[in-house]
Amino acid sequence: MPEELLRAQNLEKHFPVTKGLVLMKTVGHVRAVDGVDFTINTGETMGLVGESGCGKTTTSKLLLRLENPTGGQIYLEGEDIQTFTGSKFKEYRTQVQAVFQDPWSSLSPRMKVKDIVSEALVVNRDVTQKDAYDRVKEVMEQVGLAPEQAELYPHEFSGGQRQRIAVASALASSPKLIILDEPVSALDVSIRAQVMNLLVDLQQETGVAFLLVAHNLATVRYMAQQTAVMYLGKIVEHSPTEELYENPLHPYTKALFSAALPAHPDDLGEEIVLVGEVPSPINPPSGCNFHPRCPFAMDRCSVEEPVMKDMGGNHLLSCHLYD
Amino acid sequence: MTEKDTVMEVNDLHTYFFNRRGVTKAVDGVSFSIHEGETLGIVGESGCGKTMTALSLLRLIPKPAARIVSGEILLDGQDLVSLSDSEMREVRGRKISMILQDPQTSLNPVFTIGNQLIEALGARGKRGRKEMVAQAMEGLRNVKVAAPERRLEDYPHQMSGGMKQRVIGAIAVSASPKIIIADEPTTALDVTIQLQYLRLLKEIQAETGLAIIFITHDFGIVARMCDRVAVMYAGRIVEQADVRDLFNKPHHPYTQALMDSVPKMDRTDRLRAIDGQPPPLWDLPEGCRFASRCSNVKDLCRNEYPNTSLLDNNHSVACWMTQTEWNN
Ligand SMILES: Nc1ncnc2c1ncn2[C@@H]1O[C@H](COP(=O)(O)OP(=O)(O)OP(=O)(O)O)[C@@H](O)[C@H]1O
Ligand SMILES: Nc1ncnc2c1ncn2[C@@H]1O[C@H](COP(=O)(O)OP(=O)(O)O)[C@@H](O)[C@H]1O
Ligand code: SF4
Ligand code: SF4
Ligand SMILES: [Mg+2]
Ligand SMILES: [Mg+2]
Repeated sequence: MPEELLRAQNLEKHFPVTKGLVLMKTVGHVRAVDGVDFTINTGETMGLVGESGCGKTTTSKLLLRLENPTGGQIYLEGEDIQTFTGSKFKEYRTQVQAVFQDPWSSLSPRMKVKDIVSEALVVNRDVTQKDAYDRVKEVMEQVGLAPEQAELYPHEFSGGQRQRIAVASALASSPKLIILDEPVSALDVSIRAQVMNLLVDLQQETGVAFLLVAHNLATVRYMAQQTAVMYLGKIVEHSPTEELYENPLHPYTKALFSAALPAHPDDLGEEIVLVGEVPSPINPPSGCNFHPRCPFAMDRCSVEEPVMKDMGGNHLLSCHLYD
Repeated sequence: MTEKDTVMEVNDLHTYFFNRRGVTKAVDGVSFSIHEGETLGIVGESGCGKTMTALSLLRLIPKPAARIVSGEILLDGQDLVSLSDSEMREVRGRKISMILQDPQTSLNPVFTIGNQLIEALGARGKRGRKEMVAQAMEGLRNVKVAAPERRLEDYPHQMSGGMKQRVIGAIAVSASPKIIIADEPTTALDVTIQLQYLRLLKEIQAETGLAIIFITHDFGIVARMCDRVAVMYAGRIVEQADVRDLFNKPHHPYTQALMDSVPKMDRTDRLRAIDGQPPPLWDLPEGCRFASRCSNVKDLCRNEYPNTSLLDNNHSVACWMTQTEWNN
């Protein structure tokens, strides 16, 4: 039985949109994350996919407590993370780590690799410098770098190696969850495979869980046990990955999948070309917020918001087509 | 397939950088040809010389650091390498255009979209302002920009990435060129927007018979878009074939490894990564440039660069394994 590690419940982040320089008047809200529920299990990977601007990074920031939610809760092993203060909060910072997209800007250029990698440990936990550096050696080996390379600066490494350093820093505090926000998309094709293999190996070795944000669907297929599809701040479909990829039901999921690039020139399947782009989340469309772009929209779709239903086997879906 | 007219033929092109480090052989003996209505993909790892090849064809390589050292670029029978800068400017406006990687740098942030389109149109001859505005609007409509009359007044920052790439596309095709060079035009776009854009390029190509050189490091884009493919490694083309032949039977170990390293939608087995890195282009080995990463390597490979074998259907490979010497 999978064990619950982190759970988001009705999670919401609305950013105020203001006008005027002096008297900042709130004229609306960006509904970046608009009521999402999901559970990440211990030692597993949950994939989160969707077009840019649909709220993936904001969700990541809420989990990292880099942003505070405007509604809903996040529980880590049953405890509400918003209640954490002081040492409890510092401990949380070591338990949930992140690796971001860009291996060039995410590492401080003036710090030696050993200080970058041990930073989370030194800041958040009372460890001696020596213990921290010993741990650095361990994780450097885990990510396939030589321990001596910890004495170098980031600019002395290639893109793939820098992403390994970023993974090493996330691993140093032995976190329970690492948020991977587009971890390989800035890397060269040949290097992507190395980093993806590394992440899968590390999960098997350490039992760490991942939240994998990616818009390359094949990457998610390779790494995630369950996958959620997000559109304009909401999760529209969520299921065990294999089931989702074999049997996508939501029109948005189908469109996303049909836009994925083929592995062979003869694999060109049916193309569902979406019209237009993601609308502004400031005043999202009424009813089902996908209705202006949905090729299957019906009358009720513009008035009535669909609710999430289990189609069987934990395949969750919110769309009127399947009522 | 019927024989189409050759639009461009590149013969043994060499473009080198000369700097403190010595000579960087960014493009080191590249040859290919492309026909009317055809899309040629150039794929390969970062730094293998794809962009420098594209910039050489456009004669836009960074000066004075880089120079076309030798080779020919024949467009309509005219060798672009021998043209003066001003003759080349004419060719760039009319016969050959480009869509580059980063839409931010291709559009000027201080002018409206309308102004930039009109300027591109103006480069092709004198016409009235009103006529050009009408043409600019038509251009935007052709690339499926909704409400073009309103969009003409927009500045680039007011548009999304996908919209900007369309405008650049409109500018690129405005002069009805024979050939467009697209350098990773969709890397920054979402998959859904990427699909819209790739289809748009295909439609324009079907209407105009335009030839497209599509530079990418994504085999998925090659599978969707290209008729022919050239795989580049460390400044040279190592394999070249029709797209189906390449996907059905890649011959070069580098092509095979690159294809295997791509995750697939229907597979979860372990990916085959390519260990190591390409050799630096300023310190290239004598023999095969892939030798240090190739699992089939023999002494022969290290000693001498392989000749190119021409297999059926114009499929060419530069690897000793396809040569008779291999079994000796
Ligand atoms: N201005 C420059 N001065 C010196 N060397 C350069 C310069 N620009 C490019 N190079 C070198 O030329 C080689 C080819 O570069 P090019 O930009 O063509 O690569 P690419 O295949 O387009 O890579 P990418 O996929 O990363 O865009 C590289 O080794 C690069 O380091
Ligand atoms: N600090 C912020 N203030 C206002 N709007 C924001 C802020 N951060 C993100 N947004 C908006 O929230 C939406 C979701 O953004 P994001 O979570 O970054 O999406 P994704 O990562 O899926 O691309 C977007 O419309 C974005 O512009
Ligand atoms: S609810 Fe209606 S508009 Fe929304 S996805 Fe389903 S069919 Fe399309
Ligand atoms: S020539 Fe030799 S080293 Fe080069 S790709 Fe062929 S087998 Fe490998
Ligand atoms: Mg994001
Ligand atoms: Mg390039």
